Amino acid sequence: MKRIRPILVVAGALLIPSLALAEDGVTAGQFTANNVWMMLCAGLVFIMHLGFATLESGLTRAKNTTNILFKNTFIVAAGVLTYALMGFNLMYPGDFSIGSVFGFAGFGIATDAAGNTPAYADGGYTYWTDFLFQAMFAATCATIVSGAVAERIKLSAFMIFAVPFVMLVYPILGSWKWGGGWLDQMGFYDFAGSTLVHSVGGWGALVGAWMLGPRLGKYVKGRLNPIPGSNMPMAAIGVFLLWLGWFGFNGGSVLSADPAATSYTLVTTCLAASAGAIAAMFTSWFAFGKPDLSMALNGILAGLVGITAGADTVGIASSVLIGAIAGTIVVGSVIFFDRIKIDDPVGAVSVHLVCGVWGTLAVGIFSTNPDHSFVTQLIGVVAYGAAALAASLAIFGTLKVTMGIRVEEGEELEGLDLAEHGAHAYDLAGPTSILETVTGNSMTRSQPATALAEERA
Amino acid sequence: MKKIEAIIKPFKLDDVKQALGEIGIEGMTVSEVRGFGRQKGHSELYRGAEYVVEFHPKVKLELLVTDDQAEKVTRALCDAAGTGKIGDGKIFILPADDVIRIRTGERGEAALS
Repeated sequence: MKRIRPILVVAGALLIPSLALAEDGVTAGQFTANNVWMMLCAGLVFIMHLGFATLESGLTRAKNTTNILFKNTFIVAAGVLTYALMGFNLMYPGDFSIGSVFGFAGFGIATDAAGNTPAYADGGYTYWTDFLFQAMFAATCATIVSGAVAERIKLSAFMIFAVPFVMLVYPILGSWKWGGGWLDQMGFYDFAGSTLVHSVGGWGALVGAWMLGPRLGKYVKGRLNPIPGSNMPMAAIGVFLLWLGWFGFNGGSVLSADPAATSYTLVTTCLAASAGAIAAMFTSWFAFGKPDLSMALNGILAGLVGITAGADTVGIASSVLIGAIAGTIVVGSVIFFDRIKIDDPVGAVSVHLVCGVWGTLAVGIFSTNPDHSFVTQLIGVVAYGAAALAASLAIFGTLKVTMGIRVEEGEELEGLDLAEHGAHAYDLAGPTSILETVTGNSMTRSQPATALAEERA
Repeated sequence: MKKIEAIIKPFKLDDVKQALGEIGIEGMTVSEVRGFGRQKGHSELYRGAEYVVEFHPKVKLELLVTDDQAEKVTRALCDAAGTGKIGDGKIFILPADDVIRIRTGERGEAALS
């Protein structure tokens, strides 16, 4: 579906809500229906942040839960704000100023009266819905990184990485396809972001995990030591929330409430997720000898990421196959990265990067649209890979040599919740509930931290 | 007096409590502990990586009894807590100097009954 590029009035045009009737062949009712669907989808994509938060807390240790949740909270907030500041206008510049590679439509978000009419986007949604829906995607890309770097990254370093990543890297790269840039012109296709969102996030995750090094104790004594998560119900809830969010992620990428396109897309999406789950279940059962829940959950996500590039252009059987292959690949990928000692606590690199690439190439194999070709998809994968890899290396690398990106060994051992936040996520008053008295907890003291520091000195 | 500490399998606690009740022991303290002896660890699997959990969850019972109760209590404990399999646990018998009931200040046997 082609998009009309947004026309911005940076000098702060006034909003005049209006419903132009019967423009671009869309009735007022259809325009409303389209816009409502797109706003609902923006909300559903937002739910993916709930999913990431719970999934990541579930698969990491309780002593780092506050830290993980803080990072997740920061990303969605910073993502939405920076997208409003400049991300949206970097991703959809209207006119490119450097080849078809870079363009910027100015700071801030604003529109004229036409932005709220069917004239804006073929009657699919208003300018504001456009912004919000896309802002949720941007934040999703950045949050992929937080799982892979969990339990040992310095909070400040992560925050400083996340801002340019979501504000500059994601939208500039994204403009190459969704903003009408050179890859779009070449015929590259990424329906809802297997490449633009998931693989880009995945590259950031890979670089982060690699540059940080593994968690303490993970690869010692010549063994691959597991560091089990703390809460499997949370992990499962997280994955199901992500699946729910994908109804909006893919369903909304139709960019209207077109009954045929949206309903079909949701079906291919769910088929791929289901196939991914089953494939991962049996692959891990065969590989490990026992059925692994966390792998089954990763399989769902693998299928979802895999179908995201072509959910609207592949056949039913193809969607099942794409999901099943993704579910199989993800298990192998998790094992592979563990073998080469890249510690990825939640499997973010395997789910988002590896399956994102697969999903993109799968369009070249399975798409029913003759304009799509494997070679073009491959060019896109390589271009995005090179760019995202270079950008991530640059940002993380700079942070590593300047402020350092990893916490001290002692901090990692006592847990980031205590070290970075001074607060537990569980047993907030201290781990001694039966020793609580009416006035407080006999294991803690009500005393300013400064007094304690003086005592220690 | 003797202090009896028994490390038993957690699911045996009910049987042991009942058996002790039948021979007149009405009070005890219980804590959750971990330990191992000949019962080696069991292995678990997480995302393809195997690890051994060496310390098994156990329950520790602590009782104070008079010298002549000790043998009877020990036998009842063994019968109730035993399954015949490795990991049934152990009983430690230690001498105790005194026992005091906090509410009344009673000491010795009076504090036990």
